[in-house]
Amino acid sequence: MKNFGKYIIFISTLFLRRESFKTYFNLSVKECIKIGYESLFIVAIVSIFMGAVTTLQTAFNLVGPLIPDYVISLVVRDMTLLELSPTIIAIVFAGKVGSNIAGELGTMRITEQIDALEVMGINSSSYLVLPKIIASILMYPILVVMSAFLAILGGYIAGTISEVIAGTEYIYGLRYEFNPFNIPFALIKSYVFAFLVASISSFQGYYTEGGALEVGKSSTQAVTKSCIAILIADYVLAQILL
Amino acid sequence: MIEIKNINKAFNDKQVLFNISGLFEKGKTNLIIGASGTGKSVLLKCLVGLLKPDKGNVLFNDRDFTNGSKKLITEIRREIGMLFQGGALFDSKNVEENVMFPLNILSKLKKAEKIERVNHCLKLVGLENINDKMPSELSGGMKKRVGIARAIVNNSKYLFCDEPNSGLDPLTAIKIDNLIQKLTHELKTTTIVVTHDMNSVMEIGEKIMFIHQGKKLWEGNNKNIFNNKIKELDEFIFSNKLMKKIKP
Repeated sequence: MKNFGKYIIFISTLFLRRESFKTYFNLSVKECIKIGYESLFIVAIVSIFMGAVTTLQTAFNLVGPLIPDYVISLVVRDMTLLELSPTIIAIVFAGKVGSNIAGELGTMRITEQIDALEVMGINSSSYLVLPKIIASILMYPILVVMSAFLAILGGYIAGTISEVIAGTEYIYGLRYEFNPFNIPFALIKSYVFAFLVASISSFQGYYTEGGALEVGKSSTQAVTKSCIAILIADYVLAQILL
Repeated sequence: MIEIKNINKAFNDKQVLFNISGLFEKGKTNLIIGASGTGKSVLLKCLVGLLKPDKGNVLFNDRDFTNGSKKLITEIRREIGMLFQGGALFDSKNVEENVMFPLNILSKLKKAEKIERVNHCLKLVGLENINDKMPSELSGGMKKRVGIARAIVNNSKYLFCDEPNSGLDPLTAIKIDNLIQKLTHELKTTTIVVTHDMNSVMEIGEKIMFIHQGKKLWEGNNKNIFNNKIKELDEFIFSNKLMKKIKP
């Protein structure tokens, strides 16, 4: 509880003694490249294989004369939009971006770079953390949209190559009884997860004490705590919004 | 001029600083000396606002830094330059960007003017044509010099140095000490140096405060330090064989 209180105070300090808009704009653009663009490859790889494996496993479990083939792509579509793309990719995102944020801030803390900012009269938490949170909130939903597209594409490729489903059946299943609310639901989740990963990882890194060993510990804790927060938020959002 | 009045600081139940008062003069290199773990760095952190004293005040030209308004504290902080023990250069920025950083945040100069100012400060610290180098490509002494250039680039009125020659060879250490003193005289800054190096004490100690177990035990300068009657200070000064040999 003490840590949670400290986290809330930390978040509130991000909005105090801010620098100019231009400063935040420039920093946020740099962070967008680091957080978004540099995560494209891992997100693409995970998404394609996630879709492919989901297709093959669904086909394996749902094979029967009474179940039409298009159910496979229907399952892939709903699983991807509701859970796999926003949540599983958030865990990957926490592993890649979260550990990077915590490591970077932790190193800055132990090498007195954060103290240097404070001595100059700069609100170090706002200057360093706010652009990361903004970039994360801007870029992660884009990654989720891309991930959903690639997962469904991966499912199509795997399904047609292994001949468990015909291409036309797959497309038919994707369109069958589509609930449009699944898309805003996935996007709402992605905004919440992006905020959680960036803020929790920043919090862990910012308050690192000690040396190189503690920076490693902070990175590990950032990923662990982000993953737990993602799963809890996932459950709460599903309960509230579905 | 910086004045401190009855500074007290404790961490949990452990009292680290006891009623420390003193005056640090403008245009002089003021040294805070003492053995490791005596509270020098804690005092320095209280002076620059990284820690808040439990009791007492820090006054920058009679402006209360400890209990002043947020606006006043920010205003004073923007007059402070600090050299950290390891340099604290930003890893992701090159030398020019590091030195220019305070100007980007705190000044409204044009880009060309900023570059001119950066080059001037790098020249003052004896570093030229290394603008594009990254901190990882610099030696320990060069990092300290870049740190000093960053500390003075914004025409700082107050210069703080935390163990400026730690980790440096004796020759480079003396050069850094002399550079700090030269800049203090030229720029008329109020400079406070925290150190436990006797070479620094003898080289640039125009005003010295000796701290032992969180208490101020002696105040003077490098000319009268050998005439003190304090046992703890004597032990500190004559801790190595060479100094014991020249003990009067």
